[in-house]
Amino acid sequence: MARIDLVDLAHSYNGNAADPESFALKPISMTWRQGGAYALLGPSGCGKTTLLNLISGIVTPSRGKILFDGVDITPLSTQKRNIAQVFQFPVIYDTMTVGQNLAFPLKNRGVTKAEIDARVVEIARLLDLTPYLTRKATRLTADAKQKISLGRGLVRSNVAAILFDEPLTVIDPELKWQLRSKLKALHRALDLTMIYVTHDQTEALTFADTVVVMHDGRVVQSGTPAELFDKPAHTFVGYFIGSPGMNIVPAEVRGREARISGHTIALNRSYDGLPAGAKIEVGVRPEFVDVAPPAPGLLSANIERIDDLGRVRFARVRIGDAKFAARVPPGFSIPDKVAGLIFDPSHVHVYADSRLIEGSA
Amino acid sequence: MSVTLENVTRAVDGIPTIRDVSLTLERGTLSVLLGPTLSGKTSIMRLLAGLDKPTTGSVLVDGKDVTGVDVRQRSVAMVYQQFINYPSLSVYENIASPLRVQGKPRVEIEKRVQEAAKLLRLEPYLNRTPLQLSGGQQQRTAIARALVKGADLVLLDEPLANLDYKLREELRTELPRIFEASGAIFVYATTEPSEALLLGGRTVCMWEGEILQAGETSKVYRHPDTMRVAQVFSDPPLNIVGIEKSNGSVQYAGGVKAPASGLYADLGDGTYRVGFRAHQLEVANGIAGRHGFHATVTVTEITGSESFVHLNRDASNWVAVLQGVHEYAPGHLLDAVLDPNNVFVFDAAGRLVAAPGAM
Repeated sequence: MARIDLVDLAHSYNGNAADPESFALKPISMTWRQGGAYALLGPSGCGKTTLLNLISGIVTPSRGKILFDGVDITPLSTQKRNIAQVFQFPVIYDTMTVGQNLAFPLKNRGVTKAEIDARVVEIARLLDLTPYLTRKATRLTADAKQKISLGRGLVRSNVAAILFDEPLTVIDPELKWQLRSKLKALHRALDLTMIYVTHDQTEALTFADTVVVMHDGRVVQSGTPAELFDKPAHTFVGYFIGSPGMNIVPAEVRGREARISGHTIALNRSYDGLPAGAKIEVGVRPEFVDVAPPAPGLLSANIERIDDLGRVRFARVRIGDAKFAARVPPGFSIPDKVAGLIFDPSHVHVYADSRLIEGSA
Repeated sequence: MSVTLENVTRAVDGIPTIRDVSLTLERGTLSVLLGPTLSGKTSIMRLLAGLDKPTTGSVLVDGKDVTGVDVRQRSVAMVYQQFINYPSLSVYENIASPLRVQGKPRVEIEKRVQEAAKLLRLEPYLNRTPLQLSGGQQQRTAIARALVKGADLVLLDEPLANLDYKLREELRTELPRIFEASGAIFVYATTEPSEALLLGGRTVCMWEGEILQAGETSKVYRHPDTMRVAQVFSDPPLNIVGIEKSNGSVQYAGGVKAPASGLYADLGDGTYRVGFRAHQLEVANGIAGRHGFHATVTVTEITGSESFVHLNRDASNWVAVLQGVHEYAPGHLLDAVLDPNNVFVFDAAGRLVAAPGAM
């Protein structure tokens, strides 16, 4: 268990001389607290795997330092960093029993047999693997194998951190629900620092206390799931978190009003003195826009399609050239072609050059 | 054209992988094969494509038996979970390759490649090689090649499984439009209920090599014939509780006894299982006409727009979904209610006997 500090950490795969704009990871400084559950979330190529590899020691940074509990571990090899890793595909030994697989990371480190047995029993209990302890690890289902991999990652109680690299990608949806809640319970029970890399927003948001959203080699926002949802600091976060993502449309903003496609909508805060020449956009999540019968005073939109997700319906509409998604209230019968849109002003945000503007009360 | 599987079974080394499957696919339709890993989705596709032969039963094209006809003589295109492209050819040549094999004239090749590239938003990348593309672009290249071939039957086997979440979301919303524009028979395999719902069309629900139910997607979702279908077609997983009906009341296993109102009213006396999706369980206490439960919170998962509350009750695990952010501590005892008009009721054999709305 350790607090992790990233100090001006950056990496380029093309050597240190390369243009900083081309770095796979642009300089970042942040602190991850001991015992926290963090997710690194972003699309392929955003730098999340580079960051994970820097922490694990597979890659040496071009710049900056990594501290575990204040100690600079940047020059240390992966082995000496005292971390555990769980990968996308299960890594287990078919010839060993499930119990031997779980014990393996401890066996190599001179832990006493009594300690090993106690820890293996505890981890097996937490993962519902107790009935399988004496069984050979062959011919198990993919999720059982991945549970053993998780168990091997969790079995050492003294690791600085456990790093998970897309551990649920190969798991069927129903089992994902079970494993996700298992992981969360394990995090609570074991007080370990966990770092979880994924491109799947549901996994990131449901696993982590703090989600670190990455885009183009930068951390664009780090916050709780609720913060990322309610107040995206960057339009990328608005787009990437949420399904469908946030609606982001060009607008003219003056004081407490935004003009979108010739129509005025009210804002909850006042926006004066927006940066001159900046690209001004309004962002609002589909959950905070309802479709309604067209009426004077409502922004009207052309309905293109209705997505029925079972528990919620979203209308895909068009306002001028901009695509837009809005919630269809339960029991609402959908008008043919044109709908009115009702905005919840407390959830309409203003962005200048993609960054959130706070506005004043 | 139409393709039909007629009482098809297939066994590998004596172990059945497909059990008595009958299925007809019509031109211009999209069918989603929905089921967990190893439920037989890929096996069905291979039989449809002619890559595998049935052990018993037949494959008909437009009513004509083609069982055993070589795959090369059938008009089939397939896209796999792993992107498969020719690494040394440009994106343009990758898409054009089936047309070159068919010996089409240059002008026609140019026209059809450009059309497919436009549909899949690949125009800027036509001169690159696949390895210079992102995963999503590579998979779009594979899909473009399958479309350009002009095959009567296009099979897509979990084509989005290896793509980033957001790309998956984008391609998913584009696919129905692409299918519509093509007019071929499309078959799309997935493990994810939400994917089936978004793609629409028909859903063929699979389990252990059998077709459990096939029909219009929203109908299969709203009227699952069996509890197993409801389970395969629920994400979060289906919540289940046992009931015993007698003398005008229902006794929930380990819970309350309530008047047999709503969908319970017409049930004969006996034992049933009640299934309900996460959103059918309301977190509330004492609403008139609803049936109440106490359940212990094990984990709360928050996505921002929704909170998934994992519950344990009478040795069963349930999931409830709430709009917005709701944090419940583990161990918290939560009050929840079910609307007896908004549940699925299954008999002892797991067959649907009552569902919300008209049956």
